[in-house]
Formats: sequence, structure tokens, C-alpha cells
Amino acid sequence: MSVLHTVNKSPFERNALESCLRLAKAGSSILLFEDGVIAAMQNTKFSERIAQAMHDFSFYVMGPDVKARGLGEDKLINGIQVVDYNGFVDLATEHDAVQSWL
Amino acid sequence: MENGEGVVKRFCYINRKAPYGTIYALESLEVVLIAAAFDQDISLVFVDDGVYQLTKGQDTESIGMKNFSKTYTALGDYDIKKVYVEKESLEERGLTANDLQALKYEDEDDDWAEKDSLFLVGRSELTEIINEQDVILSF
Repeated sequence: MSVLHTVNKSPFERNALESCLRLAKAGSSILLFEDGVIAAMQNTKFSERIAQAMHDFSFYVMGPDVKARGLGEDKLINGIQVVDYNGFVDLATEHDAVQSWL
Repeated sequence: MENGEGVVKRFCYINRKAPYGTIYALESLEVVLIAAAFDQDISLVFVDDGVYQLTKGQDTESIGMKNFSKTYTALGDYDIKKVYVEKESLEERGLTANDLQALKYEDEDDDWAEKDSLFLVGRSELTEIINEQDVILSF
């Protein structure tokens, strides 16, 4: 079964992403949106952790949330795919289930 | 002084949340602007994810929310001259002062010269700044 995990909290503020990485099955997809996009940025305290997790998971990030926060898509960790709201819908339909890590 | 008129207190607003994901950043800004009308000694502090409130180039068009980031650059016009950003918070996030908007005010005692109102401060310096305040509001 393929699962899309969604994380909308900053890794600096909550442990939602950490729990997701710990419990999600290898091969799953992870979409970072709202304040969760902070985890997709290069050179943060968490960048190395994410880069490592990319061996097990496909990472996606919500472009509109990156732009809103002035973070710049050129500063995303390499290999994280940028999606928009339509892309979010596509991901949801392509997977068997969606798990939100609130 | 007895009836409370003319008392100036040191007010400090501590901002610790990223913008847009929660309402804290916008609410803080609203309260700061209201308080500015009362001629108090105001300091703003940005730590933790709060530093993201000050990034330049914010573009909220595609998330359908109001972009309030320009308001920070107007704080100088409200006589808010002390905005402190914790260096360590920036570093943990791979950000530098270059990623932030420039904040200025015009100094009326110096022929309206434009001066910086944003200061990068280290953790221990920030501890002292917070410790000197009369009133602290957290967002």
C-alpha cells in the first residue's frame, strides 16, 4: 500500500516530521506544506536529516508556501520536488491513503 | 505621574513563530501598531521561527493570504526603532542578514537621517535586553 504523508509544522517547533520519518514505511511519499516547508530548505539544522531520509522517501514541497515565506525555490534541498495545489491533489489520488502528521 | 499620565514603560514583543502557518505573526504586528500610538518604549524581538517573519521577497499571492511583510518596513514611521533578531536563530536556519528586509527609521534629532532599526544580537545580549523590560508580550 502506498501512503502520502503530509507535514505542515516547522521541524523547529514540533516533532511532527520527526515522528513521520520514524514511523513511515520506506517507499512512502512525504509532502511538506505550510510551515512544514521550512524542513525542505538547505543549510538548516535539519537539512542533513532530510537528505538522509531521501534514500527511503520521495519528498515533495508546496511551492506556494515556499514563496509566501520568501524562502526561494533555489534554496531547496536538491531532489525535493516542488508541487502546487493541483500537484497536491494528484499526489493524494495517486496514493492509496493520506496520513496527516498534525 | 500619580494619575498615570506620562509614564513610559519598556514594552517588549517576542515573536517566535513563522508567518502564515499560524495567526501569531499577524496578530503581533497588529498589537504592536496599536501600542505604538501610546508613546511607549517599544522593542521587538525575533527568535526561533520568528525570524522568518522578516524575510524579504515574501509572495503570498498563490496561497490567498494577505502579505503583511511590507508593514515591518513601516515600523520606523511609528517610532519603533529597536528590532532585535537573534543571530543563533538565523544560523540554525541557514539564513543571514541578507535574507532579511532592511528596517530603517528617520532620526528627528539628527536632521532626519535614515538609520538602521534592525539589530542582530547574540543570545547573551538578547537575554540582557529582555531582562531590562517592564512588560513582555509573547507571540
